[in-house]
Amino acid sequence: MATATEFRTCPNTGLKVDLAAERLIKANAVVAIVFLAIGGLFGILVAFTRWPAVHLLPADWFYLALTAHGLDVLLVWIIFFEIAVLYFASAVLLNSRLAAPKFAWAGFVLMVVGALITNVAVLQGDSSVMFTSYVPMRAAPNFYLGLILFAVGALIGCFVFFGTLVVAKAEKTYEGSIPLVTFGAMTAAIIAVFTIVSGAIILIPTWLWSYGLIPDIDPVIYKLIWWGMGHSSQQINVSAHVAIWYAIAALVFGAKPLSEKVSRMAFLMYILFLQIASAHHMLVEPGLSSEWKIFNTSYAMYLAVLGSMVHGMTVPGSIEAAQRKNGYDRGLFEWLRKAPWGNPAFSGMFLSLLMFGFLGGISGVVMGVEQINLIMHNTLYVPGHFHATVVAGTTLAFMAITYVLVPLIFRRELILKGWARLQPYVFGIGVAGNSLFMMGAGTLGVSRRHWDISFADASLPFDYPAAAFLMMGLNGISAILAMLGGLMFVIVVVGSVFFGRKLGADEKVSLGEVAGSGRAVASYGSSDTIKIPGTAVLVAIFFIAFVLYYFVNWKYLSEIWPMS
Amino acid sequence: MAEADDPRPAQSGDDESIPLMQRVLDNPFLLLFLGIAVPALTYLIWGIIEIAQVPIAD
Amino acid sequence: MALTPPSERIWWKEPIAKIELTWILIAFCWGLIMFFMMIYWHGAGEQNLSNETYRIKPEVFAERAQAMIDEYTVREEEGFPVVRPPPGSDVYLIARLWMWWPILELEKDQSYRLHLSSLDWQHGFSLQPVNINVQVHPGYDLVMTIKPDVAGEYGVVCNEYCGLGHHNMVGKIYVVE
Repeated sequence: MATATEFRTCPNTGLKVDLAAERLIKANAVVAIVFLAIGGLFGILVAFTRWPAVHLLPADWFYLALTAHGLDVLLVWIIFFEIAVLYFASAVLLNSRLAAPKFAWAGFVLMVVGALITNVAVLQGDSSVMFTSYVPMRAAPNFYLGLILFAVGALIGCFVFFGTLVVAKAEKTYEGSIPLVTFGAMTAAIIAVFTIVSGAIILIPTWLWSYGLIPDIDPVIYKLIWWGMGHSSQQINVSAHVAIWYAIAALVFGAKPLSEKVSRMAFLMYILFLQIASAHHMLVEPGLSSEWKIFNTSYAMYLAVLGSMVHGMTVPGSIEAAQRKNGYDRGLFEWLRKAPWGNPAFSGMFLSLLMFGFLGGISGVVMGVEQINLIMHNTLYVPGHFHATVVAGTTLAFMAITYVLVPLIFRRELILKGWARLQPYVFGIGVAGNSLFMMGAGTLGVSRRHWDISFADASLPFDYPAAAFLMMGLNGISAILAMLGGLMFVIVVVGSVFFGRKLGADEKVSLGEVAGSGRAVASYGSSDTIKIPGTAVLVAIFFIAFVLYYFVNWKYLSEIWPMS
Repeated sequence: MAEADDPRPAQSGDDESIPLMQRVLDNPFLLLFLGIAVPALTYLIWGIIEIAQVPIAD
Repeated sequence: MALTPPSERIWWKEPIAKIELTWILIAFCWGLIMFFMMIYWHGAGEQNLSNETYRIKPEVFAERAQAMIDEYTVREEEGFPVVRPPPGSDVYLIARLWMWWPILELEKDQSYRLHLSSLDWQHGFSLQPVNINVQVHPGYDLVMTIKPDVAGEYGVVCNEYCGLGHHNMVGKIYVVE
């Protein structure tokens, strides 16, 4: 039923852009950014409350704000943006019409309504149960209902994506295999389906339970299945932002993957094994064996980590190869020094890559060691880790691609280019601070989700070390930087979308500030011509840091009370 | 096969010459199935079985 | 480009660059080392979380804890009984809104079978400053053998959010020579 689909032609790429897909991409991206702003606001309230010298909110508001922060940024912002990425990577990159745009709009409406219902339930004050809503603590029924509607909407978005793959193949809008970026988006969509199904399996009974229709829900089984959703949803992010790294490398440098086979196999490792690391949250629970824990927490012998380490080389490697081709061939690092650091699409992407790898990746693997988890579980180390992955990694990558999507999809020129240039650094440094100082506080034992680490009203006295208070103060200061960076992003993007100069229908967009950008580097990448010594040094540094940090933590573990 | 050296994009009808692994990676629904089946088995089902088998305290 | 279909129709047969292959090999081997490290630690390491768990009704757990408290209480502190059970015995620590009950007094370098369970919601056993963190569920009795090896006064913080009094939920364990 290929009814009349309207297209425009992209002056940059010559791709046909389905206008229905374009409208959906815009709608999803705009709502995403609105929720980023709301969730970010709650985040700053949380950070200021945990800053002992400020201690902004009273306890009940703190737990409310923390619940809303988790929901709005960890779930709503990211999933809306991912739906936009899915439509872009399918309809636009495959030169195809979007399958079933009406269903896509229905999904969009469900997601908006669901997100609003859950937010209202939280703001009403009787659902301060945290993002995780562990039973038997009970939220208002609407809290669960909103999440269920949101998940159904997102699932429709995934099916529209798969439908578009089918349409594009049937209508032969492309030749051969799908592009690597689309393959990465497909990885995200596959993980999203598992995520959403897990969410439905556990949230629907929990919703009925909140009405008293089901007598009780086993707390360990709840946690097991809930994390099938809660952690996997962050694995959607990983897949999506890795796809975006490849996309930006291609857009800014015309970079070509070093090897299609290697990059796709790395994504296959994600498809097969990334989700099982949901076990990271189950390492100190009763009722699960060490066999189950070791197999799942290690992504089946670290095969998904292998995937990430491969991307960690092939993304910068493809940039290096392209830059050397463009003439920046001197020494180990001329390609990197002369990279367009003033282009926020590139700087955001590269900071995302570095911080995801060095901060988020290493800490995640170390924390996910069955035994080492004993000295980290539920401490601030955990949010420290995932602010590096989800904020410095995913959010920064999404921000970076937004700087490209504004001219390409919204057809507007960026306003406040000076702000845009600085924004990834301000946000990135702030978030790196959040991440490091929270990990530091966690190492000193400080609990996550805790209103008062001075224990002023506790029945028995207890004190964390003084250094922990310093860490929380530094975390608060970092949060100010991150907030400024987030604000700059929202102002630049929203301002550009509404007030930026409209681009003419045939006007090309300049995406990079380097020589040779815009035109694709011709074919290189056969095995004997690849020369990426700079990337080899980078990954060697990464590897050494990884190994050292890994064994240092085994040493910490060996110093605690013997237990078996 | 001769097609292996042919750099031109695929024409319909000659799928046979494409290596198995490439065909797997080109099949989104097979990957979708695997991406749900693997974690459903090793994480969810195995986990639920273990939790269900926790003995009752005497 | 990564944004366009692969330029080769049969990209599976492209050779892989030596540097990529080397990195894949290193990363794969490192993964194996990390995997076997966890298994190795179960044999050679001294810090492993027990797999011994039972289903238990909260009231049964509370009874058992009370029996221990009745038998071995040595003094009171801020309204909490301080219990000194014999080495090697079964020791119960109740998590409930919003306290860890009772205070335990253990001997250094002696083993105890510590039972953890909650009477209501989930809680987080966070022993400070050693930084040992274990999740506590209602309906499950997690039994772990612990051997405190440094004397001193330890705090037990709750690090799983459990409602408005969460941040006031602090317990205590003494380890004496």
